[in-house]
Amino acid sequence: MTDNHELPDTRSVVLVVNGERREIDVETRMTLADCLRHKLGKTGTHLGCEHGVCGACTVLVNGHSARSCLMLAVQANDAEITTVEGIASGDGEWHPLQQAFHEHHALQCGFCTAGILTSMVEFLGENPDPAEDEVREALSGNICRCTGYQGIVRAVLDAAGRLRARNGAISP
Amino acid sequence: MGPPRVVKPPPFRYHDPGTLEEAVALGASLDNAKFLAGGQSLMPMLNMRYVLPDHVIDLNRIPDLSHIGEAAGRLVIGAMTRQRDIERSDLLHRHCPLMRKALMQVGHPQTRNRGTIGGSLCHLDPAAELPAVLAALDATIHVAGPDGARDIPMTGFPAFYMTPAIGHDEIVSAVSFTPWPAGHKSAFVEFARRPGDFAIVGVAALLDFGTDGTVNRAGIVLAGVGPAPVRCTAAEERLTRRMPDPDGIRSAALTCADLEAMEDVHASPSYRRHLAVELTSRALRSALAGPGAGSLV
Amino acid sequence: MTGDFTGSPIRRLEDAALLTGAARFVDDIELPGTVEAAFVRSPHPHALIRSVDSSAARNLRGVHAVFSYADLAPLLTKNLIPPDNPKLKFAESTKAIVLAEEEVCYVGEIVAIVLADSRYVAEDAVALIDVTYEVLPSVSDCRDALAPDAPRVHREAPDNVVARFRTEYGDCRPAFAAAAHVLALSLKQHRGSGHPIEGRGIVAQFDPSTEGLTVWSSTQGSHRVRNTLVDIYDLDETLVRTITPDVGGGFGSKHVVYPEEVIVAGAALLYKRPVKWIEDRREHFLAAIQERDQYWDVEVATDAEGRLLGLRGSMIHDQGAYTLLGFNVPHNASLAVPGPYVLPNYQLDVTIAATNRVGTIPVRGAGYPEGTFTMERAMDAIADELNVDRVEIRRRNLIPADNIPYELPLKARDGSTTHYESGDFPSCLEKALKGSDYDRFAERQAAARDQGRYIGVGVANCTKITGRGPFETGIVRIGPSGRIAVHTGAMPMGQGIKTSYAQICADQLGVEPEDIKVIAGDTGTVPMGIGGFGSRQTVTAGSSIHLASIEVREKALKTAAHMLEVSDQDLELTNGEISVAGVPGLSVSLADVARALSGAAGYARPKDMPPGLEATVNFLPTGLTYGNSVHVVEVDVDIGTGGVRITRYLVVNDSGRLINPMIVEGQIIGGVAHGIGNALFEWMGYDDTGQPVTTTFAEYLLPTAPVVPNVEIIHHETPSTVNPLGVKGVGEAGVIPAAAAVISAIENALTPFDVRIREAPVSPPRLIELIGEAKARS
Repeated sequence: MTDNHELPDTRSVVLVVNGERREIDVETRMTLADCLRHKLGKTGTHLGCEHGVCGACTVLVNGHSARSCLMLAVQANDAEITTVEGIASGDGEWHPLQQAFHEHHALQCGFCTAGILTSMVEFLGENPDPAEDEVREALSGNICRCTGYQGIVRAVLDAAGRLRARNGAISP
Repeated sequence: MGPPRVVKPPPFRYHDPGTLEEAVALGASLDNAKFLAGGQSLMPMLNMRYVLPDHVIDLNRIPDLSHIGEAAGRLVIGAMTRQRDIERSDLLHRHCPLMRKALMQVGHPQTRNRGTIGGSLCHLDPAAELPAVLAALDATIHVAGPDGARDIPMTGFPAFYMTPAIGHDEIVSAVSFTPWPAGHKSAFVEFARRPGDFAIVGVAALLDFGTDGTVNRAGIVLAGVGPAPVRCTAAEERLTRRMPDPDGIRSAALTCADLEAMEDVHASPSYRRHLAVELTSRALRSALAGPGAGSLV
Repeated sequence: MTGDFTGSPIRRLEDAALLTGAARFVDDIELPGTVEAAFVRSPHPHALIRSVDSSAARNLRGVHAVFSYADLAPLLTKNLIPPDNPKLKFAESTKAIVLAEEEVCYVGEIVAIVLADSRYVAEDAVALIDVTYEVLPSVSDCRDALAPDAPRVHREAPDNVVARFRTEYGDCRPAFAAAAHVLALSLKQHRGSGHPIEGRGIVAQFDPSTEGLTVWSSTQGSHRVRNTLVDIYDLDETLVRTITPDVGGGFGSKHVVYPEEVIVAGAALLYKRPVKWIEDRREHFLAAIQERDQYWDVEVATDAEGRLLGLRGSMIHDQGAYTLLGFNVPHNASLAVPGPYVLPNYQLDVTIAATNRVGTIPVRGAGYPEGTFTMERAMDAIADELNVDRVEIRRRNLIPADNIPYELPLKARDGSTTHYESGDFPSCLEKALKGSDYDRFAERQAAARDQGRYIGVGVANCTKITGRGPFETGIVRIGPSGRIAVHTGAMPMGQGIKTSYAQICADQLGVEPEDIKVIAGDTGTVPMGIGGFGSRQTVTAGSSIHLASIEVREKALKTAAHMLEVSDQDLELTNGEISVAGVPGLSVSLADVARALSGAAGYARPKDMPPGLEATVNFLPTGLTYGNSVHVVEVDVDIGTGGVRITRYLVVNDSGRLINPMIVEGQIIGGVAHGIGNALFEWMGYDDTGQPVTTTFAEYLLPTAPVVPNVEIIHHETPSTVNPLGVKGVGEAGVIPAAAAVISAIENALTPFDVRIREAPVSPPRLIELIGEAKARS
C-alpha cells in the first residue's frame, strides 16, 4: 500500500461530456462522480451516499443510467457521459422532464433531482407510455427525502405525454 | 474495531486487460489483486475500504466475456454480460423465463445496467437472486485460470459465506445450463423490505410435468436462508411424481420450516424459516398459474 | 391595494438552477488553495485516548496537517459548544465538546482532523494515524443506563442522568380515583436520523490580511454558526461572515452547530488556507444527530363514556453522550400529548438518560410525533376497552370548536402558555372521515377478509406548536437599479421559502415575484437571525417581510408624491411604476424613487424622507401559533410475510392561511413520507455496547417511491390571529401523526388476531412475531 501512496496511479482519459470532448489526467482510483464534479466542473451531479444506494449521482454512460459513484473515471474512457447539465436541448430549451418537474413541484431541495432526471431520461426512452406503478418502480433506485415522490411521479407521467406528443409530431 | 469509516477508494494500481488471457496472466502475476466486474458490489466495498487491494484488474474491456447464446443444447452467458442484457434477451426468456422473472427483482435499472452475472455470482451475497437461479438450473460455471480452464458445478461453486470456490487468480468466464424442457413452468418470488432491496428470502421454483400433469421434476432453491443458495430437496421430492395440488404444495413448502437459517440486521432465523415456507408455497402457486416456457429449437 | 400572489400556487423561483445543475451547494464551492479535511473518529463507544501517533500520516505525500485537541486548544476559549439556553441545567459531563481531550464517549466522536490535497488522500492519512485506545465499559440502551451499577457514559459522572423534569397540570390523583376505566400502556418509540440527501458540509476561509473569517456551511442556522464561532474562538463578529449556499435538505440534522463546523473553522484559522469538509453518508450515520429512543409508561383514566379524565406516567429519553442543543425532543414530546383533546389532568415524569451513542436533537417533528403517538395509541386502547368505534372515542374527546381559543396550562420553552388561537378540530375530523369514506370502511374490510385480505384503517389527530420566535428579520431594499431584494435570517433548505417570500413582497410592491431576489442565510446582509426549525419561518420571517414590504410601499408612494407633486392618495403602484390615477404619462418608477432616495453628493434629499428605499422589520409575534392535522390511512397487511402496503392516505391540514398551496402540499406530502419511514422502515440500530449496526442505506431504510402512496390533501384554513399574514407553520405538519395513523391502521387490519402494537417502527418480522404471540395467547 505504501508503494501506491507514493506514486499515484494516473491515466490520461478522454471523456465526451454532454457532447464536449475532454482529455484529462485522472488518478485511477477516482470515481466518475468525483471526476465530473471536481475535474470537469459538472457540479450538477451530486453525491448522496457513495455506496450505490441513493441514486443522486446517476448519469448516463453511453445512454445508460449508471451510478457514477460506482464507476471509476478511468472506466469511462472514450464513453459519452450525459449529466443533468446536458439533458436540455442544444439551444437551452429545457427537456420536457425538467419542464414537468417545475410544473408539478417535483423537487424541493433539488439535491437528488439530477440523478432522478437522468434516470428518467433513460426510462422514458425505453418505456414511453408508462403506468404509474412502472414509474414508481423505475424510481425505486433514487431516494428523495423531501417530496414524498408524488410530484415526481406526476411529472414523469406528464413528461411522458409531452415526449410522445413531440415525437409523434416529428414522425407521424 | 470496525474498518475505517470512509467512502473514497483506497490507492491501487489499475489494469484493464483486453483479453481473458491477459487478465488471467495479470491475476497470476500480481499480489493482492481484485478483479472488477460490473462494480455494483465491489465498488461500494472499495469506497468503504472494506477491501484494500493493491491492484484492480478491470474486466470491462474484454469484449469476449459478454455474450448470450446457445451451444450443444445449452444456454451460455458470458460472465461480463450485463444483467439488463440478460433481462432483455428473448432467447433466454423463451427457454428460461425464470431468468427475467428473477432479474426484474435484482436491484434497480441503474445497477442492472452495470451489474454482470459473473460479478453477482462471485460476490455471492447470500440473498442475491442470480446465484439462486443458477443453482436451481444446475448451471455449470466456467472458470479460466493460470492452469487452464475448468468447469465447476454450481452446487460446488460456493466455498463459504460470500466466497466462491475459485482461486484468487481465477476468473469466471461464463455460465451455462441445459434449459428445462419446453412447457416447464417457473417463478421467482421474494420478499424484500422495499422493491429492489436484497431479498430477505427469495425462492426460485421450476416445475416440469409429465403428460398426465404430474410433476416430473421440481427445482426449488432458496436465497437468503443460508450463506449460499439452499436447494430444498425435501420439497422437490414431495412434489415429484404427483399432481401439484394445494395439499402437495403445502406439504412441500412445509419442509422449509426445518431449514437452518441465518440472522442479520434485517431478520431472525425463525422469520426467515417462516418466509421460506410462505414464499415457497407462493412461488409454486405462481409458477403453476403462469404459462409454460417455449422450446429450444 | 395589493396583488394576489399570496394564496396562489405559483411555480418556484428556486427550480431553474436546481433543474439544470446550476445550483451551488457547499461542495460546489471551489476556492483556490483549498485543503480537504477528513476526521479521525473513535471506533469505540467509550474509551480513553492513550496516544495519537500521526507521524506516518504527516509524512504522506499530499498531507498538510493533522490537528488534535492540543493543536486547537490555544485558539479555544473553552472546549465547549454551548446549548441554546445557557441557563438550562443538566449533567455537566454531557456538555457538548469541540474535540476529545482524553475520553471518547460514542462511536464517531472526533479525535483529530487531517488536512490534505484531496479527500482521497485525507482518508488515506486517517487510516495511517495510530490511535491507542483503552476501551472502557459502555452503555447503549437508555433504560440500562439508569441502573445504579450501569457503566458511566462519562467515566467521572456520578450517574447517567442528564436531567429530570415533570410536565403537569391539574391533579391526576383524584381523577384516577374517580375513573370508570384506567388503562396502562407501555410504548417503545424510535425515530432515526434526518438523512437529507446532501450531508453536512463546510468551507472555511481565513484571510490573514483582513483577519476576516468566511464560512460557507450547509446549515439550518447561519447566525447560530457565526455566533458560536465568535464565542468559541473569541472573534470579532464584524469579521466573521457565514453564508449558507443551496442546502440539500435539513430535517433537523443541520439545526445544531456541530464539532465539525467548529473544528474546520479552527483549522482554517490555524492553517491559513481554505478548508473544506464534506460529510459522507457513513459520517452522517455515526455523527449527525438522531432522535432515537423513548420508552413511555403511561396510564390513562376515562369516565364511563371514554372521556379522558387524566393521563399520567413516565418517559425515558435517550440523549446520547452529549447535550448539543437542550432537551427539545423530550420536552416537546411531553407537550404534544394532549394535542386536540380535552385532557383535564396530566402528569409526565421525564428522565433524560445519557448513553454511549451520538447525541440526540430534533429531527423533523421534534418530539411531537412521539407525544402524538402516545395519545393516539391511548385513544385506540380506550376504544378497544370500551368497545366503541375508534373515531367515536376521538369525537367525544376533541376540543369543541366553540371552546377555541383554548388555553392549556402547559408552558412552551419560551415560557408562554399553550394557546390554540384558532382552529376547528371536530370539523377537520369530519372532513377527513367524509373524504376517506370512513363510514363504509367496515364493509370494505369485511369484503376483503372474505377474500383472505387483511385491510385496516387508522386515524390520528395532532396539533403542533409553530412559529417559534423570538423574531426573524425581514429587510426589503430597492437600490438605484430598481431591483428589489429581500434579505432574511430565515434559512431555505428546500422548502421553497424564497418563492413564498417573493410572493408576499410582490403583493405589496406591485411587481412579479420573479422580480424579487431573496437572499437568505448570509450573516453579511442581515445582522441577526435565528434559522430554520420548528415550522417557524413563514410565520416569523414571512410576517417581517410582509410588514417591511408595506413600509417600503408607503415610503415609495410618499416619495413619488413629492417627486410628482401630487397627493400620495392619488397614486397607484403597478408593474414597478407609480402613476397618478387617471393621468396617463404622469409616473415615476420604483427605480426613480430609489435613486432619489439614494441621494446625490451634496444635494438635498426628498423632503422628510429618510435616505434609502428600504425597510427592516423584526416582527415580534404576540404568541405561538398552532396548526393541526388529521390523517386517515388505509393499509393492506400481508399476514404471510408481515409486509404492509399503504393503499390510501388522506390528510386534512390546518396551517392557517396558505401563501403558496403547492408548496404547502409539498411540505405535507414530504412529511407524510418521513412519517411512513418512522412507522415502517427507519431504524437506527446499535448493539449492546453502543456500536451502530445500521450504517448504510442498505441497512437503514428510507422510504422509496414504490412504498410511499399518493396523499390526498384537504385544506382547512383558519387564519392565525397572532400574525399579520394569518399563517401557521407547516414544515412538520405531515410527519407528526403519520406513524400513529399507520400503526393504528395495521392494528385495525389485524383485529382478528387481537394484535396490539405498542411500538414504532414496526417491521415485517416484528409483525409476524406479534401475530404469532397473539395466536399463542388465544
